Amino acid sequence: MIKDSRLAVGLVQMDPALGDRARNLERHRQWVRQAATAGVELLVFPELSLTGYFLKDLVAESAISLQGTVMDELRGLSDGLDVVLGAVIEEPDHRYFNASLYFSRGELVHVHRKVYLPTYGMFDEQRYFAGGDRFRSFKTGFGRAGILVCEDIWHLSSAYILSLEGVDMIICPSASPGRGVTTDERLGTAESYGLVCRTYAQFLTTFFLYCNRVGYEDGANFWGGSMVIGPNGDIIAQQEDADEALVLANLDLGDVRRERLANPLLRDERLELTINELRRVLHERTRKPF
Amino acid sequence: MSAPVSLSEPAFPPLRINPELVRRILVGFISNEVRKVGFERVVLGLSGGVDSSLVATLAAEALGADNVLTVIMPYKTSDPKSKSDALQVVQQLGIQHLEIDISPQIDAYFAHFPDADQKRRGNKMARERMSILYDQSWVWRALVIGTSNKTELLLGYGTIYGDMASAINPVGDLYKTQVWQLADAVGVPTSIVQKAPSADLWAGQSDETELGFQYRMIDQLLYYLVERRYSVEELKQLGFEEAFIDDIIRRVRENQYKRRLPLIAKLTSRTIDRDFRYPRDWGH
Repeated sequence: MIKDSRLAVGLVQMDPALGDRARNLERHRQWVRQAATAGVELLVFPELSLTGYFLKDLVAESAISLQGTVMDELRGLSDGLDVVLGAVIEEPDHRYFNASLYFSRGELVHVHRKVYLPTYGMFDEQRYFAGGDRFRSFKTGFGRAGILVCEDIWHLSSAYILSLEGVDMIICPSASPGRGVTTDERLGTAESYGLVCRTYAQFLTTFFLYCNRVGYEDGANFWGGSMVIGPNGDIIAQQEDADEALVLANLDLGDVRRERLANPLLRDERLELTINELRRVLHERTRKPF
Repeated sequence: MSAPVSLSEPAFPPLRINPELVRRILVGFISNEVRKVGFERVVLGLSGGVDSSLVATLAAEALGADNVLTVIMPYKTSDPKSKSDALQVVQQLGIQHLEIDISPQIDAYFAHFPDADQKRRGNKMARERMSILYDQSWVWRALVIGTSNKTELLLGYGTIYGDMASAINPVGDLYKTQVWQLADAVGVPTSIVQKAPSADLWAGQSDETELGFQYRMIDQLLYYLVERRYSVEELKQLGFEEAFIDDIIRRVRENQYKRRLPLIAKLTSRTIDRDFRYPRDWGH
């Protein structure tokens, strides 16, 4: 049981400098100080917040090792509050991952390596990154959490798996470039993400923290719009614009229990049925003659 | 001469834009991409047409009127109305301006080639203007800001290393009919938005006459072809004439070279832009 059911979260809707890790780390320190002053207990930075997004060949030189000295500085950010930040991780076998790291009380608690690497349209991630191979939840001081990085949420199974692990919140750091201009007041991408995040929160009866970056890289704009959504699908806090901002929200973690009492969707989920059916689909696919 | 643009005639629905949203993104683009590389100012050629008037307006909002230098560069056969339209924009925005008559330098060159045709002269003028803008960019410590819209970039209706040359281009992803919508919304004088588009190499020249089609028609076709990736068969089913489709596709294909850096003969394992790939905003 969670003793104190209130949680103050902060989303750092920031504009990282492209390929300048030292400058970005300093900016992380500033945001952490500002958030701590505001009483934030869980602070989320966007995807690749330490490096910027469209790195191309800068991926290798922007990377850090989980065993390296930079990790000491990152751990240090979380002395007073929990911190989720984005970095390029180089493994000992020299594979590079687009990763999101969860730190608490000066320790690394969890690493999520982005599984779905968009490589279409304006995206080229598989050229530079290796893909992660798992979706795992982890325990925090505020209940069970899972991380999905940007494109991960465009695959239903990712959030579904975390949900069946029993997460209270899904954290989604993002670097989503804006596109799709119509007569609407918002970009097509902003509309789509709003729809997806709210759908997940409501269908999976979980808090959903979406932290998107802002700024421009090589002409592409990042639209911000960071939002905190409750387990009933309601938006608790949202930054409407694409300015740098610390988005604050106070969550009542008891909302998850109350929502699941009212809407026991998770209780009624048929995991074994799902697995059996997926296994059948896989079997039939592999049996095709050509 | 084609009919003037009628603002009362609404744009093709899929190409209608929310001007406020687009304005915000483009003003942010100019401010961000100029300042983060250490500049405060931009310089652009102001023709009196809608594209450069729009860019000047966006730049003035992004950087402040004092940080926008426009250069008006008429040739002796340019329509005098172009200059007065350009000056109207300068006055309205309170931006800086310079006027340089390019006739002497153009005429000095073509004295060697008196038989040069209009197209050759037009290209030379476009490159002469580019050369002036880059010289002023050095004097003024300003980035050259481009004004080519998506329609003309796709059709190749511009001069490579002439009017197509710039450091940043805020309107290169807007079709011509979208430029009209945005220009109207941000307060570019209506007379400029509504006049027939022209390269103004001589009085009375018209883009639409030269291209052979109206921008409204071209943009509709480009929307289905480029944005939606319709096949030729599907375009015909929509009712576009086959000759029109073929002509536009040919222009897009034949002018691809203008939209790319020069080809480099590959020898090493990391050839620039092919496998030596860095963002231009490297370190910013």
